[in-house]
Amino acid sequence: MAFAFMSLLAGLVFGAGLLISGMANPEKVLGFLDIAGLWDPSLALVMAGAIAVGVIAFRIAGTRSQTFLGKQFRLPAKKDIDKRLVIGSVLFGAGWGLAGFCPGPALVAMGAGEHKAVIFVIAMLFGMALFEGLEKVRAKR
Amino acid sequence: MIDIGWAQFTPWTALGGGALIGIAASVLLLFNGRIAGISGILGGILTAERTDIPWRAAFIGGLLLAPAIWMLVAELPPIEINAGYPVIVIAGLLVGIGTRYGSGCTSGHGVCGLSRFSLRSLVATLTFMTAGFCTVYVVRHLIGGF
Repeated sequence: MAFAFMSLLAGLVFGAGLLISGMANPEKVLGFLDIAGLWDPSLALVMAGAIAVGVIAFRIAGTRSQTFLGKQFRLPAKKDIDKRLVIGSVLFGAGWGLAGFCPGPALVAMGAGEHKAVIFVIAMLFGMALFEGLEKVRAKR
Repeated sequence: MIDIGWAQFTPWTALGGGALIGIAASVLLLFNGRIAGISGILGGILTAERTDIPWRAAFIGGLLLAPAIWMLVAELPPIEINAGYPVIVIAGLLVGIGTRYGSGCTSGHGVCGLSRFSLRSLVATLTFMTAGFCTVYVVRHLIGGF
């Protein structure tokens, strides 16, 4: 119960951060990605602000054997830089540049009742399901 | 030469909002031991074991509810979506499949990965940013917008 509650809280605070920073607005994100236009560096500062706090949290996590709720830390173990990482990131970046949405902002904009964000999230879920389907085919080979 | 749009640049709300995002990621990490990677949390719902679904759904629910709670206190900031529906659908598909193949998005690789000095996440972040820069360049400056 506490586990789900902390998740909900984290989601709410994350969403508030996206709204305050302007990152829930695709036009502002595109203003960052448009380096040949009038460039808006805001997104870089959003990441800097988040990482400054994140570094401390991961430091604290590194000194502990379990979380404040007594759970195991589940951190990614993969270290390899492979084709999947690069090709996946290229596809994601292309989609991000087309609409100005990445997953978090799309969910927040959907929560704000934006129709296009709802369509985006449905298409995104479809893309994720497609990935799972392709992975199953790959596993069978 | 890069022309900075000083009128659009919002350094303080960017840093403050970013810090909140960092706090949210810290809460999820230090209490639940999980990485706040939104594509992974959402995509994981499709395949996760039953016991693993509630925390994922709660986090996504928080993101969806954030605007409603915001509206209790203040007016929502503008959300301008200028891409048309066909572009939105293609972009959504690309983001969905790309983030799963690349094991992360702006939050998982860009915020959490860089916070833990992961080289893998640095490569992913530089790659999707470059792809984003190139895509916007093509759309806005070569084709002249949709």
